[in-house]
Amino acid sequence: MAFTIQVNGSARSADVDGDTPLLWVLRDVLGMTGTKFGCGAALCGACTVHIDGVATRSCITPIDSIGNSQVTTIEAVGKTDAGAKIQKAWLEHEVVQCGYCQSGQIMSAAALLTSNPHPTDTDIDEAMSGNICRCGTYVRIREAIKLAAQSNAKGG
Amino acid sequence: MTPDRAVPRTTDTDLSRRGFLATAAAAGGGLMLSLALPFGRSDAAFADFAPNAFIRIQHDGQVVLTMPYVEMGQGTYTSIPMLIAEELEVNLKQVRLEHAPPNEKLYANPLLGVQATGNSNAMRGAWKPLREAGAIARTMLVAAAANRWGVDPRSCSAQDGEVVHSVTKRRLKYGEIAADAAKVPVPASVTLKASEAFKLIGTRAKRLDAVVKVNGTVIYGIDARPDGVRFATLAQSPTFGGRLKTVDDAAATAVKGVRQIVRLDDAVAVIADHMGAAKKGLEALKIEWDDGPHAGLTTEAVARELEQATLGAGAVAQNIGDSEAALAGAATRIEANYQVPFLAHATMEPMNCTVHVRKDACEIWVGSQAVARVQAAAAKTAGLPLEKVIVHNHLIGGGFGRRLETDGVIRAVQIAQQVDGPVKVVWTREEDIQHDMYRPYWFDRIAAGLDHQGKPVAWRHRFAGSSVIARWLPPGFQNGLDPDSTEGAIDLVYGLPNFHVEYVRVEPPGIPTAFWRSVGPSHTVFVVESFIDELAAAAKQDPVAYRRALLDKSPRAKAVLDLAAEKAGWGGPLSKGIGRGVSLQSAFGTYLAQVAEVEVSKDGVARVRRVVCAVDCGTVINPDTVQAQIQSGIIFGTTAALYGEITLKKGRVEQTNFDTYQMLRMNEAPVIEVHIVNSSEPPGGMGEAGTSAIVPAINNAIFAATGKRLRKMPIDSALLKQPT
Repeated sequence: MAFTIQVNGSARSADVDGDTPLLWVLRDVLGMTGTKFGCGAALCGACTVHIDGVATRSCITPIDSIGNSQVTTIEAVGKTDAGAKIQKAWLEHEVVQCGYCQSGQIMSAAALLTSNPHPTDTDIDEAMSGNICRCGTYVRIREAIKLAAQSNAKGG
Repeated sequence: MTPDRAVPRTTDTDLSRRGFLATAAAAGGGLMLSLALPFGRSDAAFADFAPNAFIRIQHDGQVVLTMPYVEMGQGTYTSIPMLIAEELEVNLKQVRLEHAPPNEKLYANPLLGVQATGNSNAMRGAWKPLREAGAIARTMLVAAAANRWGVDPRSCSAQDGEVVHSVTKRRLKYGEIAADAAKVPVPASVTLKASEAFKLIGTRAKRLDAVVKVNGTVIYGIDARPDGVRFATLAQSPTFGGRLKTVDDAAATAVKGVRQIVRLDDAVAVIADHMGAAKKGLEALKIEWDDGPHAGLTTEAVARELEQATLGAGAVAQNIGDSEAALAGAATRIEANYQVPFLAHATMEPMNCTVHVRKDACEIWVGSQAVARVQAAAAKTAGLPLEKVIVHNHLIGGGFGRRLETDGVIRAVQIAQQVDGPVKVVWTREEDIQHDMYRPYWFDRIAAGLDHQGKPVAWRHRFAGSSVIARWLPPGFQNGLDPDSTEGAIDLVYGLPNFHVEYVRVEPPGIPTAFWRSVGPSHTVFVVESFIDELAAAAKQDPVAYRRALLDKSPRAKAVLDLAAEKAGWGGPLSKGIGRGVSLQSAFGTYLAQVAEVEVSKDGVARVRRVVCAVDCGTVINPDTVQAQIQSGIIFGTTAALYGEITLKKGRVEQTNFDTYQMLRMNEAPVIEVHIVNSSEPPGGMGEAGTSAIVPAINNAIFAATGKRLRKMPIDSALLKQPT
C-alpha cells in the first residue's frame, strides 16, 4: 500500500510493503541519497536520520512505524540550529575523509547537541559509539562536537 | 619516467580542445567524450585551453582539473590540485575537479605503470609531473598575453588566474587568453619553483571535497541514479569455487516490488524497484549450492600449509654477510614464529556497481581505484570493444585496496546482461564481508643471534603467504619475489651485519587475496618490530635505546624515533597494567615512529589509550592531511590489532557483519598526537604508513604492560587474562 510520511517538512508518498526500511524509501524511492547504507542491521549508524528529533537507524525502521512523525535527513539538518552548528564545526575541523559515514555521524551529533548542549566526553562516547568511521575520524569528530557546543555557550 | 609519459600532451601544433580530444581519442578510444559530454559541450568549448590531460581553462575562465588519482578519503582531491595550482598560479577556489576517465596512456600512475591509486604513491608519482603540467600551462598563458600586448614574456608574470605586465600593470584573465594560449607551442622544458617560493604547498589548505560531504549532496558510486534504474542485491556461492545448484524463487517473485531473478553459474540476484524489496526477495529465495572443491577449507588448514612452507627454502629477498655462520657463533639465539590473519576491507560504502548493458555498448557507474581496469573487465565480460564501455568514476566511500579489484564490476555486468535497462547492484554488508578479497594470511619464521653485549649479529627471516602482485601486476613478480610482499622485511633501517630474508609464495586455495591498506608492511612491520622488541628484552635493554644503537646509517629514522620518544615521555612513570610500546618504520618513502600506551585489564582486554607519532614524510604538501592520515591509519591498524580476523570453516567465511567483524568505535579511540619533522626531501606516501606501524607498537606495549609476548594477531585476550 502507499504510505505518506513527513520528510524534511514535506509530505512524501511511497507505494511499498509496510516492512520496507525507511532507508530504502529515502534512497531508492524518493531519490534522497544523502542517507547512507552501511550494514542493514543498526550496527554502523551510516543510515542515521532524525525521527521527531531523535537519532534513529533508518535501515531497521519500517515505513509503517513512522506515522505522522517528522523525518529529518542530512539534506535538511542544516536548517536546524544544532545541525548548522555541527556542519560548520565539521568544516572548521576538517573532519571528513572518505565521507561516507559522515551523514550518519552528523545526524547523531546534531541530535546529541539538541538534547544536550554541553556534552562531556562520556556523553559524546555514548551518543557517537553507534557510528562507525572506517577512516578513523573519531578524534576530529570529538573536537568538532566540542567546538559546536562552545558556539552554544557563545550564543547563550 | 619520461616527462612525455608523465605529462601527456599533444604533439602537433594544434593545441585546441578539438586537437586534444582527437589525440586523446586516438590514444584511448574516444573516451574523452565521456569527460566532455556531461557538460553539454558545444563549439564554444573549442576556445578552451587544454595543454595537457590534467588542465583545461575554459574561455569563461573556469579552471577544470582532471584528477588522475582518485579520492577515497586520503585527501588526493586537495593535494593534487595544490601541486597544479602552485605552478599554474590559480587560487584553489577557482578550480573545478573532474574524475579522470579510463585511459592508461594519459593517466597511468608513473610508479605503477597503470592507472591506479594505491600503495601510497599518488604524491610520489605526481610530485614532479603535475607541477610541470601547471608550469607548462602557465608559461603558455604568459606567452599568449605577452603576444597580445606585444611585450617580452619575461616582463610578465602570473598570479591568481591572471597574467600581469609588470611595466604597464595591464592584466588579462586566463579565460580571456585561453584561445590564444592554445595556439602557443608547448615549451620543451619549464623551470619549477624553488620550495622557498611555494605559496600553497606546505599550507593547511582546506579540503575541496568537504562541503558536499557534510551536506549530503556528495555522490558516490552507490548514489548513481541513471534514468529507469532498477535495484539489485545478490547471493554468491558461500564457498569460493562453489556453484549454484537450484533456486526456488516462488516466494521471492511474490514480494511486492521484485521484478526479476537472475541466475548466474555461482550467484543469484534479485532485481527490484528498490533495495528493500530486493533484500526481502533475496531472503525469500530457497537456494541450494554445490559447494565445490573447497568445501572443507579451514583457516587452520591454511595456517598449517603456510607453516609447512616456511620449513623449505624460499626465494632470497636480501642477503648480507653470512647469517648462518653468525647465528651458529652467537652468544644468544632467539627464535620465534609469527602469524597474521586474513582481513576484510569493510569499506563503509559496500561494494556496488551500476551497469546499463545495451546491444552494442555498456555504461558503468562505480567508484574505483583502477578505472581503466573496470573498463577492460567490463569489455571482456560483455564481449564489447574497449571503446564501447563508458565508465563514470566517483568519489569513493573507502577503498583500502578493495576497489583496486574488478570482481564486483564483473558481477554487475553479468547481472546487467540479463536485465533490460540500467541496474544498480548493491552487496549487503554480509556479502561484502564474506566475498571480499582478503589481506593474505602470513606465517613467519624468524631467528636472530646476539653477541655478549646483546647486539644482533645475525638475522634470518623466512615467511610464506600469497603474492597479490603476482596476480594483480604479473611483471612485478620476478624470480619468486615481489616488491610488495618483501617491503618492510628487507632494506631495514637497522644496521644488521649478517642478514638473510626469504619469501615462499603460497597461494592458499579457495580464498582470494588482495591489497589491504598498508599492504606488505601490514605484515612485515608487525613481525620485524615485534621481534626487535624481543631482542631488546633478551638483551635486557630499553627498546628505544636498543633500536637507536642500530641506526647510525639512518639519521631520518633516528630522528623520528627520538622525537616520538621525547614527545611520548618515554621512560616516564605509568600506572600498573599500562605499558608503552614503540615501533619504527621506513615504508612508502616515509619514516615513522610510534609510541603506544596500552592498558590491559585483569580480564585481558587491551585498550589503546594514547598514541604519539613522529613522522618524516619528506616535503609536506598539506600538514593537515598528514595529520589526518596518521590519525586514520592508527585507528585502522588498531582495529586490526584488537579485532581483525577473517576465519574459514567448511570453506565459508565465518564473519558476517560489524557484530562479528568489529570496528574500533568512538569510545575506544585513543588520543593521538602527531609530530611532523621538517624536511626538504621528496614527498613520501602517507595513506598507509600509520596503519602498519601501530600494530607492533600496540603489541610491544602489551608486552611492557604484562610481560607476555603475543606473536599472532589479532590480540587474544584469553592469553592476557590474569589468573584469579
